[in-house]
Amino acid sequence: MALITFTNKGIYCKQGDFYIDPWRPVDLAVTTHGHADHVKWGNKAYLCHDLTKPILNQRLGADLTIQTLPYNEELSINGVKVSLFPAGHVIGSSQIRLEYKGEICVISGDYKVEYDGISTEFEPVKCHTFVSESTFGLPIYKWLPQDIVFQQIRDWVSDNHDKLKTSVLVAYSLGKAQRLIKNLAGDVPIYVHNSIANLNEGFIRAGVDLPETIRITPELKKEELQKGIVIVPPALADGKWMKSLQSAATGVCSGWMQVRASRRWRSADAGFALSDHADWPGLLSAIKATEAEKVFVTHGFVSTFSKYLNEIGIASEEVVTRYGNEEEEEKEILTKEA
Amino acid sequence: MIQQLEMSNKTNDKIAALVDYFSTADEQDKPFVIAMFTGKKPRRPVTTALIKEWAIELSAVPAWLFAESYHSVGDLSETIALVLPPPRYTSDRKLHEWINELAALNGKDDAAKKEYILKAWDSLDTQERFIFNKLISGNFRIGVSNKMLVNAISKQSDTESNKIMHSIMGKWKPEEITYQELIAGAHVNTDNSWPYPFCLAYALESEPLSLGEPAAWQAEWKWDGIRGQIVKRNGELFIWSRGEELVTDQFPELHFLQNDLPDGTVLDGEILSVKDGNVQAFSILQQRLNRKTINKSQLNDAPIGFFTYDLLEYQGRDLRGETMAERRRLLEVIMSGLGNKDVAILSPVITFSDWDELAEIRKGSRENNSEGIMLKKLDSLYHSGRKRGDWWKWKINPYTVDTVMIYAQKGSGRRANFFTDYTFAVRDGEHLITIAKAYSGLTDKEIKEVDSFVKKNAIEKFGPVRTVKPELVFEIAFEGIAESKRHKAGLALRFPRIARWRKDKKAAEINTLDDLRQLLASTL
Repeated sequence: MALITFTNKGIYCKQGDFYIDPWRPVDLAVTTHGHADHVKWGNKAYLCHDLTKPILNQRLGADLTIQTLPYNEELSINGVKVSLFPAGHVIGSSQIRLEYKGEICVISGDYKVEYDGISTEFEPVKCHTFVSESTFGLPIYKWLPQDIVFQQIRDWVSDNHDKLKTSVLVAYSLGKAQRLIKNLAGDVPIYVHNSIANLNEGFIRAGVDLPETIRITPELKKEELQKGIVIVPPALADGKWMKSLQSAATGVCSGWMQVRASRRWRSADAGFALSDHADWPGLLSAIKATEAEKVFVTHGFVSTFSKYLNEIGIASEEVVTRYGNEEEEEKEILTKEA
Repeated sequence: MIQQLEMSNKTNDKIAALVDYFSTADEQDKPFVIAMFTGKKPRRPVTTALIKEWAIELSAVPAWLFAESYHSVGDLSETIALVLPPPRYTSDRKLHEWINELAALNGKDDAAKKEYILKAWDSLDTQERFIFNKLISGNFRIGVSNKMLVNAISKQSDTESNKIMHSIMGKWKPEEITYQELIAGAHVNTDNSWPYPFCLAYALESEPLSLGEPAAWQAEWKWDGIRGQIVKRNGELFIWSRGEELVTDQFPELHFLQNDLPDGTVLDGEILSVKDGNVQAFSILQQRLNRKTINKSQLNDAPIGFFTYDLLEYQGRDLRGETMAERRRLLEVIMSGLGNKDVAILSPVITFSDWDELAEIRKGSRENNSEGIMLKKLDSLYHSGRKRGDWWKWKINPYTVDTVMIYAQKGSGRRANFFTDYTFAVRDGEHLITIAKAYSGLTDKEIKEVDSFVKKNAIEKFGPVRTVKPELVFEIAFEGIAESKRHKAGLALRFPRIARWRKDKKAAEINTLDDLRQLLASTL
C-alpha cells in the first residue's frame, strides 16, 4: 500500500495517521515550512523543524502545540519513521522523509538547490517516491548565480542613490527578505517593514545569525530612508505608504522577473530574477538525485513538467493541491497582522 | 540603454534614458537605433521558422515544450533568448556592426547563416540575445513609441519635435546618413510639413437641451475612423494622424490631392474606409492600419477615403482664429474645386430645427456607420486640444448583453502570465453557446481576480485554453449585430468588449440566444 495519498485535506500518510502541509484542520500536521500556503491555523498539533517554530508562533499564535525536530534526526509515528532534510527554500524549510517497511517517500514542499547564504543548503534524499513542486517548471527559468544578481541589485541601489531616489525592494517577508538582508548588509543601512522586523526578531532569538536592520516606524524621516535600502512585502508595494515616499524606485525580487512581461505587469522600475524556488535545471537535478521510481508533481507548471518527466523516462503524475499561492496568502497574513 | 529603458515604467524616465543615450552613444550607431525604433527594417536575413528550429535544436528541448514556453513568455525573441544554454564566449561588437553583418547574410546558404547565428548566440547574454533576435526579426518595439523617441531627440538636439517627426518619417538609410544630418532634416524639407494641434471634443453626457439655441450649432456625423490632417504646401503632400505621426505612405488613395489641392491648404477630417461614397465599418479600415506595405487586395477590399470637416489653412493663411461658420464656408469652396469627389468627401452638415428632431436623426447613426453626432458651435474658434463648451461628441449608446465566461486563455506581452482573454456565452435552452471573445475592459486588479478564479476552477485544458466553471457573469457591450455562418450561434457581435463584471448576477440570469435573435431582427 502506498505511503501517501492525496486527499481533500492534504497529503495523508495512512500508516502514520498524519498529514503533510494540510489545508484543512487535522490532528497532526507535519509542516515543511512557514509560508502561508503550506501551513494553516487550526491543527491540533504541528511537527516541524526547530527554526520553523518561531514562524508558526508568530503567524498562527503562541499557544500552538508544536513538536520540533532538527535535520537528520528520526522520530517514529505509529511505526512510520519521520525525518527532516533541508529544502533550502527558506529558513527552517524541510523535506519530509517517511520510511515504512523499507518503503521511502520524500515530500519536498518548496525547495531550491542553490545555497542562499542563510537557509540550510538543500540536500538530495534517495527515495522511492518523491513529491516535487514545479513553480518554475519551464526551460525559460534558469537563474544566474546569486552573486551576480546581488551585484545587479547593489549597482541599482547606488544608481538610485546618485539620482536621489529611495531604493525599495519588494520581497516576501519570510525567506526572500532575510536572504536580501544577509547578502546586502554592510554597505548601507537596511530598513524593513514591521512584518519583516517581527520575523527577524523571532529568528535572532532562535539563534539565526542575521545582520542588524532598522524597523520602519512613522517617526523615521523619509530622507533617511533614501540613504539605505528599504525592504517591503509585495502586499505593500502599491500601498499608500509607498506613495508617500518621494521619488521611490521599486525593485521586485522574484523568479517571475525573468520574463519581461511580468516585469512590466508588476509596474516595477526594476525586476531581479531572484527566487527561492528551484529553476528548471535545479528541479531536474534534484529529481534525478532522488533516484525515485515515481514523482508526483504539485503546484506550478504541473502538467507541462510532469509530461516532460515522463518523456525523459521518469514516471510522473500530476497532483492537485492548494499550494503555490504564496503572494495571495502573504497578503492575508499582512492584513491580519495590521 | 535598453536596460535603462526597461528599468522604468515612466515615460519621463524613458525619455531621459534616450536623451542620455543620444548624448553619449557611438555616432555610427545612432541612426541605426532610430531606424530600429521606428520600424525601418532591413530585409529579414533568416526566416522565423529557421531561427526557431535552430533554437530548439541547440537548447535540446522538445518542440511542444518550446511552444509551452512561448505561451508563457508571449514573445518569440525573448523565449529563444531564455531557453538557449548559457553563452560560452563574450563579444563587444557595436550595434551597427551586428546590423551590417546580419544584412550581409542575405544571399548566403542556410548552413552559413546557421553557423553565424549559433556563434552569435554563444557570445551574448540573455538580454543581448533578446536584442539580437529582435534585430533579426526587425520587430523592435519595446515600449518606445515614435512619439517618445521624437521627444527625446527633440530634447537632446533642441529642435522642434514636428520637424524631427517629419525628418525620421522621411526616406533615409541608416548607413547613408549621420545623426546630425537626420536632425537637420537634410533629406527632407521640414518647413513644408508641420501640422496644427488638433481641436478635440468632450463627450456630451446630458441631453443637448442644455446647449441652448439649436440654431447656434452645426451638427455632423461622428465618424469612427482615424483623425487626420492633410497638409499641402509648396507642391508637397503630408498626411498626419492624431498621434502626430506621418502616415502619408499608408494611404496612396489620397495622393491625388497633391495635384488637386492648392498650395497652402490644411484639411482636418477623418480617414475612413469608403466604398462608392459610403463609409465602411471600422473593422474594414483596420485592415489598412499600421502596415508598411499595402497589396492590391487590401486596396480593393478596404479602399480609403477622407471625410473632411474643417479647414485650418487657406491660401497659406492660418484660419484657426476664424469662426466655424467661416471655416466651413471656405472649406466648401476648396472642396468644390476638387475633380474627384468620391475619395475626398465633404462631411455633410446635418440640418435640423430642434433637439428632438436631431435626437431622432441620431438614432439612425449606425446605418451610415457613424458613432453618433458631433455638435460644433458656429461661432467657435479652432482650439488646440480639448476645451469644454464648443465641440461636443454625442455618441450613441452601445448595445449590451449579459453573458457568462466559459473559456479563458493567457494574454500576450505584458499579460502573458495571466488569463486575460475570455470567451463568453449566452443561454440556448439547456446549453451555453459562445457569443463573443473579449480581452479588454477590466482593471488590472479585476484581471488578477479572474485569473485566480480560472486557476481554481479550470475544468479542462486544450493547449493554452482553459474551460472554466460557468459562474462569472459579464456585461458585454457591442456596436452592432449581424448574421454569421461562421459562428455557431449564427450571429456575430461587432466590437464586443467587457462593459462591467456583474458580480451581482448569477449565471442563471444571463441573456438567451433568443434575446439576441430578436435584437438582430429589430435592426434589419
